[in-house]
Amino acid sequence: MMKGFEYFTTQKDELLAWARKFSIFPYPFVTACCGMEFMSVASTLYDTDRFGAALPRFSPRQSDLLMVVGTVSHKQAPIVKKIYDQMCSPKWVIAFGACAVSGGVYQNYATLKGLDKIIPVDVYIPGCPPRPETVIDAIIKLQSKIETGVSKNV
Amino acid sequence: MKRKEYWNQKEMSYWEKLYYLEIARGLWVTFSVFIKNLYKWCTGKKGALTVYYPEERRSDYASNFRGKHKLTILENGRPKCIACKMCENICPSKSIKIVAGKSPDEKDSYSLKIPLSFDLDYASCIFCGHCVEICPKDAIIMTNDVSELPTYAREKLLYSLSDLLESKKDA
Ligand code: SF4
Ligand code: SF4
Repeated sequence: MMKGFEYFTTQKDELLAWARKFSIFPYPFVTACCGMEFMSVASTLYDTDRFGAALPRFSPRQSDLLMVVGTVSHKQAPIVKKIYDQMCSPKWVIAFGACAVSGGVYQNYATLKGLDKIIPVDVYIPGCPPRPETVIDAIIKLQSKIETGVSKNV
Repeated sequence: MKRKEYWNQKEMSYWEKLYYLEIARGLWVTFSVFIKNLYKWCTGKKGALTVYYPEERRSDYASNFRGKHKLTILENGRPKCIACKMCENICPSKSIKIVAGKSPDEKDSYSLKIPLSFDLDYASCIFCGHCVEICPKDAIIMTNDVSELPTYAREKLLYSLSDLLESKKDA
């Protein structure tokens, strides 16, 4: 009896990681045209529901994946930071599209040169906009990161 | 007849006014599609539209689809690129950085300039295809492959000459 209990207590983290992996609640912070591609990934044709990541929560308190979809300007940056701070741990961040990854084509004074300048990012998705296949690749990568438990944000 | 409240106000029949029936009719459409798809799935046929991506890929990409870049090679395996830096100059997001050098062969008949390094930063590339259009030697092309692009670290998105060069067997 005691042995079995000990086994379960050692496996607790694995069990939690497995449960978290298939219940990602994304918060889409959509600022630009990449949002169309986000909708396309969530639609029937590609269907992120297969990975348990389809139900968007429009409140940072209820979500555990911040998807920053599109250009982040310097005016928008404090808002993203605030939303990130409002999310409950454990939380993960995806930079979606070239603009969120590095500023993309906007090499000017108004655009933040990459989301990782303000908050830690787990998975970077390049592309302008990224194809739904690329986004699914990123979700699979994030799932393996959640499962192995190595996340710099927890 | 009673005057309409607004110009396209619908006149509903008796059965439509009993709206529970209408709700049931609407749900039946949804449910019948579900049953049909479930039947197809049970008999091993593809029911829903969904592309089961990592296992199954779409084949209907446009012929001019712009995916990952490749640097083409000559028969002897050296890159076709002559390090003219046209692509570096046209690139709207300044993603390409080329370091040009002299060809080791003094009397090279193809080009005396070769790229010592060719870095393409996918973090900022917008896949516009201008580099492909401008290249005088067709040295840079775009494939319709977009796999394995996302990374855990931004530095990994910087592709070097060896990552971009096509291998001998695809040429
Ligand atoms: S596709 Fe466009 S953005 Fe990307 S490297 Fe070529 S010119 Fe630059
Ligand atoms: S335009 Fe073509 S040949 Fe010139 S540097 Fe770019 S890839 Fe090389």
